[in-house]
Amino acid sequence: MNTLTAVPSFEQLPAPSISRGRVGMACLIVAESAIFIIFVVAYVFYTGKSISGPLPRQVLELPIAGTICLLSSSATITLAVRALRKDRKSLFGAWWATTIALGASFLFCTAGEWRKLIQKEGLTISTNLFGTTFYSLVGLHATHVVAGLTALGVVMIFALKGKVNRLHTERIEVLAIYWHFVDVVWVVVFCVVYLLAS
Amino acid sequence: MTVKTATQDGIPDGTDSSWVSECDYPGTLLERIHGWVITVDHKRLGIMYVLLALAYLLVGGVLAILIRAQLAVPNNHLISPQVFNRLFTLHGTTMIFLSAMPFIFGFANYLVPLMIGARDMAFPRLNAFGFWLTFFSGLLLYFSLIGGEGLSGAGTAPDVGWFAYSPLTSRAFSKGHSTDYWILGVMVGGFGSIATAINIVTTIITMRCPGMTLMKMPLLAWLYLVVGGMVLIAISPLTAAQIMLLLDRFLGAHFFDTQAGGSAVLWMHFFWIFGHPEVYILVLPAFAFASEIIPVFSRKAIFGYPVMVGATVAIGFVSLSVWAHHMFTVGLGPTANTFFTISTMFVAVPTGMKIFNWIATMWGGKLIFATPMLFSVGFLAQFLIAGLTGVMLAAAPFDWQLNNSYFVIAHFHYVIVGAIIFMIFAAIYYWFPKATGRMLNERLGKWHFYLFVIGFHLTFDTMHVPGILGMPRRIYTYEADRGWGTLNFICSVGALFQGAALVVFVFNIIRSLQKGAIAGSDPWNAWTLEWSTPSPPPSYNFATIPEVRSRRPLWDIKHPTDPDWNYE
Amino acid sequence: MIESPIILTFQRRASLATGGIVLLCSQVCCGAVRSDPFSPTNIFSPASPPAHAIANLAYFVLLITAAIFATVFGLIIYVVAKYRRRPNDDGKEPPQVYGSNAVETAWTVVPIIVVVVLSLVTARVIHQIQEVPKPPGAVDVQIIGHQFWWEIRYPKYGVVTANEIHVPVGSAAEPRPTFLELRSADVAHSFWVPRLAGKTNLIPNRVNTMWIEPERAGVYLGQCAEYCGTQHALMLIRVYADDPDAFDRWIKGQQQYAEPNAIGAAGRELFQANACINCHTVNGIGGAGRFGPDLTHLMSRATLGSGATENTQENLRAWIMQPDHFKPGVLMPAMNLSDSDLDNVVRYLLTLK
Repeated sequence: MNTLTAVPSFEQLPAPSISRGRVGMACLIVAESAIFIIFVVAYVFYTGKSISGPLPRQVLELPIAGTICLLSSSATITLAVRALRKDRKSLFGAWWATTIALGASFLFCTAGEWRKLIQKEGLTISTNLFGTTFYSLVGLHATHVVAGLTALGVVMIFALKGKVNRLHTERIEVLAIYWHFVDVVWVVVFCVVYLLAS
Repeated sequence: MTVKTATQDGIPDGTDSSWVSECDYPGTLLERIHGWVITVDHKRLGIMYVLLALAYLLVGGVLAILIRAQLAVPNNHLISPQVFNRLFTLHGTTMIFLSAMPFIFGFANYLVPLMIGARDMAFPRLNAFGFWLTFFSGLLLYFSLIGGEGLSGAGTAPDVGWFAYSPLTSRAFSKGHSTDYWILGVMVGGFGSIATAINIVTTIITMRCPGMTLMKMPLLAWLYLVVGGMVLIAISPLTAAQIMLLLDRFLGAHFFDTQAGGSAVLWMHFFWIFGHPEVYILVLPAFAFASEIIPVFSRKAIFGYPVMVGATVAIGFVSLSVWAHHMFTVGLGPTANTFFTISTMFVAVPTGMKIFNWIATMWGGKLIFATPMLFSVGFLAQFLIAGLTGVMLAAAPFDWQLNNSYFVIAHFHYVIVGAIIFMIFAAIYYWFPKATGRMLNERLGKWHFYLFVIGFHLTFDTMHVPGILGMPRRIYTYEADRGWGTLNFICSVGALFQGAALVVFVFNIIRSLQKGAIAGSDPWNAWTLEWSTPSPPPSYNFATIPEVRSRRPLWDIKHPTDPDWNYE
Repeated sequence: MIESPIILTFQRRASLATGGIVLLCSQVCCGAVRSDPFSPTNIFSPASPPAHAIANLAYFVLLITAAIFATVFGLIIYVVAKYRRRPNDDGKEPPQVYGSNAVETAWTVVPIIVVVVLSLVTARVIHQIQEVPKPPGAVDVQIIGHQFWWEIRYPKYGVVTANEIHVPVGSAAEPRPTFLELRSADVAHSFWVPRLAGKTNLIPNRVNTMWIEPERAGVYLGQCAEYCGTQHALMLIRVYADDPDAFDRWIKGQQQYAEPNAIGAAGRELFQANACINCHTVNGIGGAGRFGPDLTHLMSRATLGSGATENTQENLRAWIMQPDHFKPGVLMPAMNLSDSDLDNVVRYLLTLK
């Protein structure tokens, strides 16, 4: 059954200029931004205050590969939405899958970085203040990437079953807004953690 | 379904006995309970929130009576320090997160769609999710009473105070799992609050009925719009701090670990960046209720609607900048102390102005002292006093004496009980007829009011004095030579009056559900959209989505020769 | 201390309810009395410059807030009385007034002016108290907060004690303030002696400072004012303000210590052999325990357990046997000594004057 025919009655009202989905997502982004700001503040506050253990500039390398993956995924998700708006379902599927792959690659790069930090440099969340604030901030971001990828994955499954079409564009776009937010947070984390470290 | 005789104003009322309402839905008891459990209807969720809040109000009240019993005389040994410390921690946490917040979200849920002419909230399933998160967060917190004994057998319910300062909450000083139950219970509730706030903001922005511009919606909607925005901004810092504390306690992180260079003051900053906006989140709905109830019982429009809107938005912004007035004694330095003194005093301006607007609304009106109005007038006087003691506390040097003393406890109970709870009572008496179709009993309402007012003032007027005489908070007992004994005894007696008032209230609710007078759709002769539906409203709220031309659509219908839109 | 609680309670409530003026008068008269009729910890009975500055600011703030209260509360009463719906009401709605620019401007501007004035006055007092340079003759005291007692150190004199502080009196003519450096060994505490100054927190990994200058000899009471755990309630403070000679004598007395002697030798050996010496320092017998209070001059103190009970021989014995009895949740364990061992230890401790 086409899910679109079971639309609840209040969606048949004349649509306001701003959609519910967008406003709701904007609200969620406000709340999430507040959490991230607090973790960034903690990171910045504790810069230089570790009493022992490795310093950021000693162990951090710019995560160029992961960053390119994640930022490109913003571009690919935009292309996916554009394709869906033109009802080009297979193109949409292709860009969507690429987005997921890029997002997963980012996580893979982060995992690799953490493995190196833990095993080679001996930096864990309990090593010192830098370890604490680094892993929690980057980890919080990574958690949001995982959540985003899960949502993207669900859409992928529906798309593969042929159930996603032009009429779903609005909802897919709302999800894309979340994905863009995750990218913007990464830009901030990149600057605060990696650029300031050097 | 036939509509029986309309009232003289031409507005259909809900007295048609053949109409099947929510409460009369046929089915077995199990089917009816199931209906409530799976509901996504904003009205049912609103009622459930309010019932949850009322239940926890009683629980928190029992905790308070135990506290007052222990403090009634000096050197009392009724309750051990270990139990006492858990009592005040649970009392504060319960009252704020499990009573006050659910009350305000319950009313938001019930009223906002009805007042803006919508059929439901923007995200009904998210709404239900938010409620059940809150429900289970309460169970999680109280499970600590049985489950808190960690491996070292230390502690049951949390005993770190409702603001859980570091490093008292670290593994070293809080053994076992009692603190973890505090963290998780409050955090899960926080997620529920954020979900509800997303709903409130989205609903108000996108689902107003045709003709209802932002400046034509009821003041309650404006106040809740700002509340929603504040919840989104302010709850997250607490969630973040709690995640950090969990990382400290479970993964050996050092956020607040002073031995590793961490900062105890950082927790305070994060907590109060949440904590101060939180109390505005709690009080703005009280303002919302006052802005709806006082006009109706004065028979006049609210005075100065645009300025009320402006003041509300100003409060929303300025209140985000005052948090460190809870930290004047931490040693932040004279510059910081001066800044926060100034910002705190300034937030008093838009807040205090509203009192003038309400008085001006009553001025020249015809005041009807039904129970909702009695509680509203009590609110006005008490909020005035609460605001003024707040101005006293804003003066940092004065706060260096009064901080963490019983003066502060008196001040914030004046706000939370004297202003917020009073308006919640007013709101319940005012909107109970709409939600249930029956009136609450007026005589019992007056008993409730007078008993509560006497008890409230006995307790909380007196309570300012021990603070001035040097009594700190969170002490399970005190020496006889301090001169605090008689004062504490009076405070404790007042608590009993308040308890009695609540018993009367609960009795009134139960009895009125069964035998209350039938309310009809508009028992108070009011002017906003919710009074145009039957009582209780059908699940779809409005047969046709209304179209409005002014802030008081029903005034326009009732006074067709002199509608509001000529004056707005 | 004279106390007629019921009348005084009424007096207190009346003055709070009707304004600072009554309070002002009563306190100007009563505040100068040596001991306060209401409470030994009354913030309106200041005996030291910071406390005076705060009390004076408080009177000013109370005056303004009382005036605001009288005005607005008066308006509420007036409106409630004048505009209640009469029984013979004609049922018509009253004239609807939607707002007034003039009125609303007025009641925005006036509060802003009030707030500006209050802020300026307050800012001045903040700097008056917190930006005082330390004069050369000042006494330095380091206070380290513990769960649930106060460690007191005089670095310049080499004196270490617990829970009771001795400071010299001072005045404008002969200033001799005491500057306190506040630290914590475990969790957050707060040092509050209301008649001498506002409170300041003791926070681990941080140093806070405050100053006091009692103007009259006597004992000033206070207690911890930041919830710090089970026995936060019994973390009491006694500040003894001494005339200059008395203070010098006290310092000298603290700097000396009892040489180990025959009386209490048995007890001293038990003290050194058992876990006592791990937590408690006593000058002259070795050991450097800092988890518990320094006991070198234990018998010079008025109370045991930072105010949990009076320092008498019986209480001392009972305390060592079962500290929990006086202060449930205290961190000192019951020592489980035999009766004779306990007697010997007490006999030894009694020599630590």
